[in-house]
Amino acid sequence: MNNPALPTNALILNRIQETEDIFTLQLRLTDPRQHWRLEIQPGQFNMLYRFGVGEIPISFKAISQDEAGEPVLEHTIRSVGRVSRALADLKPGSHIGLRGPFGQGWPLRRAEHQDLCVVTGGLGCAPAVSIIEHAFANRDRYGHIHIIQGVKHSADLLWRSRYEFWAQQPDTTVMMAADVAAPGWPWYSGRVTELIKRLPLKPERTLVCCCGPEPMMQASAEQLIRQQVPPDAIWLSMERNMQCASGHCGHCQFGADFICRDGPVMPYPRLRDRLGLEGI
Amino acid sequence: MLTQEQHYMPRTGMVTLLTELQQRGYEVIGPGVQDGAIVFHPLTQVDSLPQGIEQTQQPGHYRLHQTESARYFSWANGPQALKPLTFAPRETLWRSEQNADGSLRFTETLADRSLTAVIGIRGCDLAALALQEQHFAEDPYYRQRRANLLLIAVDCSHPADTCFCASTGDGPGADRGYDIALTELDDGYLVRANSEPGKAVLAALPLEAASQKHLEQADDQHRHARQQQRQLPRFDPERLIHQGQSAVWEAVADRCLSCGNCTSVCPSCFCFSEQEVPELDGQTSSHQRQWDSCFSEGHSYIHGHRFRPDTRGRYRQWLTHKFGSWVEQYGRSGCTGCGRCISWCPVGIDPLEILEQLGQEGTDE
Repeated sequence: MNNPALPTNALILNRIQETEDIFTLQLRLTDPRQHWRLEIQPGQFNMLYRFGVGEIPISFKAISQDEAGEPVLEHTIRSVGRVSRALADLKPGSHIGLRGPFGQGWPLRRAEHQDLCVVTGGLGCAPAVSIIEHAFANRDRYGHIHIIQGVKHSADLLWRSRYEFWAQQPDTTVMMAADVAAPGWPWYSGRVTELIKRLPLKPERTLVCCCGPEPMMQASAEQLIRQQVPPDAIWLSMERNMQCASGHCGHCQFGADFICRDGPVMPYPRLRDRLGLEGI
Repeated sequence: MLTQEQHYMPRTGMVTLLTELQQRGYEVIGPGVQDGAIVFHPLTQVDSLPQGIEQTQQPGHYRLHQTESARYFSWANGPQALKPLTFAPRETLWRSEQNADGSLRFTETLADRSLTAVIGIRGCDLAALALQEQHFAEDPYYRQRRANLLLIAVDCSHPADTCFCASTGDGPGADRGYDIALTELDDGYLVRANSEPGKAVLAALPLEAASQKHLEQADDQHRHARQQQRQLPRFDPERLIHQGQSAVWEAVADRCLSCGNCTSVCPSCFCFSEQEVPELDGQTSSHQRQWDSCFSEGHSYIHGHRFRPDTRGRYRQWLTHKFGSWVEQYGRSGCTGCGRCISWCPVGIDPLEILEQLGQEGTDE
């Protein structure tokens, strides 16, 4: 059945413990007729379902391939709530449900032939990793790639080896900031906005993808605007309570926008006058 | 105002209307009195219509009283809108079942709905139905229920003191979105049809030509009903969301119980939550949805915290959505002036007063 409102079965091929409370599931959609769901774009999300417990929205991280060349769908999850904890308990060989893809992803076409600036804050920023992976997989379509990642504590950094790998690639800048840095942290200690000031940006040909806590995204966007980046070249990935994922249940409303359908990735000018308003 | 041809039907024609609908296979839903309120429930005989029932409504107050009038529709709306018939208070969206190998099988629960005719719908609720249709246009569960409804409206002749549909442009008469509409007069009805199924039912009714006297009586009644109403105050919908610092919110939060009655009785509120209901056998589970409210504890939950932790934020969300961001979403306000949120608020909060105060204040900073 091809009803997108119904979940489909997904087999857990592998489970990777990233940090104490963050894990990645590598999934196979067992019904080949459902492989259209693998057209998921960086920035979009799926609803993951644990049998008998419920669903949660999880942004897409990557599509990889197993040894046989079969597509593998990766989702990175932080276990904080009832459903995510129940998903965390599952082992390889278990099955979950999956509905999606949903929402608007990063503006990939618009970003082509531009410099890409990915600014992220916080733990496990999968929506941003998905676009970085996409850009490196299609390297000739993009100009310079700037990657800025901020964490509260240096120990919170996820996928450190990936960042180190990206840092060694040509035409790529990687900068890291930790509010609190342990001894031996080779990068900056302080805020992401301080790093943005140091970026050798070409504002007229840069597209910004920003993902993290709202105050951090707002401060980053305003700093980028001060550095002459046009506001409509700045895109943010928003987060709200998403239950239906189809713009009906009302929980994810951000002013007039339904984040699950009109977002989660949205251009900054659309959000600017609402970000920072308490309780919106 | 009205473009459809008006006919006259004597009061006894109501029996023919009910019989005709039943013979055409409709389950008929109509108004009746239950627990001291007008409710919509299955209607099998004309005798159970609320004849002579009128009501008084005030903030936090709703009372019915019996009069000598022979009219069936001389009440303003009770707590229940048309909403439960199209957007079910609770329904199963899909079921999942665990196979022997642990894999999951998902099945649809969309069922064919029986033909249903509803008698006695007011203009405000038809307008709210149109709002819900915009919102749920792509929702298969809603569409399934809506598809088999025949809507028989009755122009509102006795608005309550809480009503303001004339100022939102949605009443008191029914002028769109119905199959059949009636204007109740002292001795009968003016009848008009607005769809093919509606015209087919009309063909079986004992109709006469409407006399000038009947038309004038209807006009008078309509004019009178408009004059009885309250008015929506002046405020700027675009500014509401930027008035978060107003002291008005603190004051209303001091009174509001965050009970969600206003959202339950509101004919346009659309929020629902989804939840999982596992069967005791451990092998099957139902995924359900159920009406939710922006006043509920979990409505603004994201990964471990609530960004509207207090009543102030929740009341503000409700009011700014209904009267502000709804305009941006769907081209008009989400309020059709039914006044239910005023009558059914246990502490009698009147959103029109709040809007009036906000209309007189500036935006933040």
